Amino acid sequence: MRLSPDPSITTAALPARRQVNFGMMHPETRTKPEGGAPPSADEVIFDVVDLSVRYGGFTAVRDVALQINRRQITAMIGPSGCGKSTVLRCFNRMNDLIEIARVDGRILFHGVDLYDPAVDPVEVRRRIGMVFQKPNPFPKSIYDNVAFGPKVAGTRDKAELDDIVEQSLQKAALWDEVKDRIDDNAYGLSGGQQQRLCIARALAVDPEVLLMDEPCSALDPIATARIEDLMQQIKDEYTIVIVTHNMQQAARVSDRTAFFVTEVNEESDRRTGVLVEYDHTDVIFSNPSDERTEQYVTGRFG
Amino acid sequence: MAVTTVAGVGDVSLARRGHDVKGRLFHLLVVLSVVLAFVILAALVWDMIAGGESVLTERLWSFLTSGLNSDPELAGVWQGVKGTLQLSIIVVAVAFPLGIGSAIYIEEYASDSRLTRFISVNIRNLAGVPSIVFGLLGLAIFVQALGGVTGGRTVIAGGLTLSALVLPIVIITSQEALRAVPSGIRVGALALGATRWETTRHHVLPAALPGILTGNVLALARAAGEAAPLLLVGAVSGVFFVGAQGTLEQILHGRFTAMPMVIFSWARLPAGQGWNVLAAAASLVLLVLIFVMNGFAIWLRNRYEQRW
Repeated sequence: MRLSPDPSITTAALPARRQVNFGMMHPETRTKPEGGAPPSADEVIFDVVDLSVRYGGFTAVRDVALQINRRQITAMIGPSGCGKSTVLRCFNRMNDLIEIARVDGRILFHGVDLYDPAVDPVEVRRRIGMVFQKPNPFPKSIYDNVAFGPKVAGTRDKAELDDIVEQSLQKAALWDEVKDRIDDNAYGLSGGQQQRLCIARALAVDPEVLLMDEPCSALDPIATARIEDLMQQIKDEYTIVIVTHNMQQAARVSDRTAFFVTEVNEESDRRTGVLVEYDHTDVIFSNPSDERTEQYVTGRFG
Repeated sequence: MAVTTVAGVGDVSLARRGHDVKGRLFHLLVVLSVVLAFVILAALVWDMIAGGESVLTERLWSFLTSGLNSDPELAGVWQGVKGTLQLSIIVVAVAFPLGIGSAIYIEEYASDSRLTRFISVNIRNLAGVPSIVFGLLGLAIFVQALGGVTGGRTVIAGGLTLSALVLPIVIITSQEALRAVPSGIRVGALALGATRWETTRHHVLPAALPGILTGNVLALARAAGEAAPLLLVGAVSGVFFVGAQGTLEQILHGRFTAMPMVIFSWARLPAGQGWNVLAAAASLVLLVLIFVMNGFAIWLRNRYEQRW
């Protein structure tokens, strides 16, 4: 399903933001580049081709190739510094915010290269949302936190915004806890509630993909369990890519797992992340083909 | 529960080991520093109160509302207060937007290049330049080179000179307020598909605004207390001055004075005729003016400061 690199074709394939709620849209009606074939459970949404990311002279991660399936949960695991978060940030071009970051290779989203010069990163981020390690609500009301995304995307109607806010908070399993104090400042919420608010905020712009960068590492086990439940509930509608330090979490929630390690170049003492193995999660955890993966998942390394 | 002595159970001793002489000396030293600083400040204020007290108790209202006069019994600070307010308004209108705008550019938009860093460092250097140098700048640029626009030694020239003086401080304090906004806020907004403008407008600026305003009001208070640069751009420092009247245009293009100038004029007149009493009283008025501004800044900070 790769497209020719002709930019006129690639931009045509990434149209202006859809006004239709993606959740209400039948998968069959989605246009696919090759057309015809019915979408299978394993439809590829991201095709990563020879991805390398450099920060100045330092190569953070190199030669990553993997395909991420639509409406599945894909986990990226590995020791610190293995480049998994760097790869995640390429999926919605958050690496653009780091001035010295250079991205080589291609990430095709529905066949469109996200790093094509004609692609607007702002548009990319409206369709590919992100939740961060540390809950980062805006210092505003709960309502304003969720309504901000739809507002900048052009929704002005108050009733429509109210509706989006309620639905998003419901999806994030937060509505019942906050419906009576929707105008209170979000900083009054607990850490776990704040993180679910950030998820609601990301869902409010109706993205196709939710990127989660260690979303539970600042949370206690109960809040973590709630987020994991929530991920299972929304995976029918959204593609989720999660970076996690917690191997049990990857094993619990994900359909597929990518395992990264850090390679140390003996001559230059430079560390570079590489993808070791990418497979169904049960294979990675029960029968991995690479020795390093086995050592990592059994706790003997990393 | 059994009572145990501090001296120790077995070979565990928790008793104090000797006297911490260095620690105590240091403690004493820092306490002395703060006492000394406070005593100097109190002596200054007391000197002013003792010197100007007679004027303020006998004819406070007439002192505040009368103009400059050759008779110390009749002279007042009204023109100084008015001039200081006019200059402050110009500083607010010129230095605040320029300074906040520059800070937003440097913090939110500019790439971290060598040029940006060079500019940042030099803004810091400018903040340390003595105010008299800004007076020379004001004289050369706003009074002479731009004399056709400003009208020479006018309120505009004075206001622009003070604006240039506080601009670096306004930029630095605004930069610091912007920098205090956690990057998570920016990243969070950008990740929702907001543009840089939307992120700045809706999240970064509102969060930084209390800090920006506090810093700016403090900068304004500094501008209000300056005499040296105004001396050079031709603030009136005599004892006869009618003060510009009439339309806004006439006021802006009229001659001006300011509180520090009034104090300066009176303080240099020969002692023994009561001018020094007036100078002390005027200093108190200026001090109160600046305390009010600083108090407002502190109130603003306490009221709206965002804790992360």
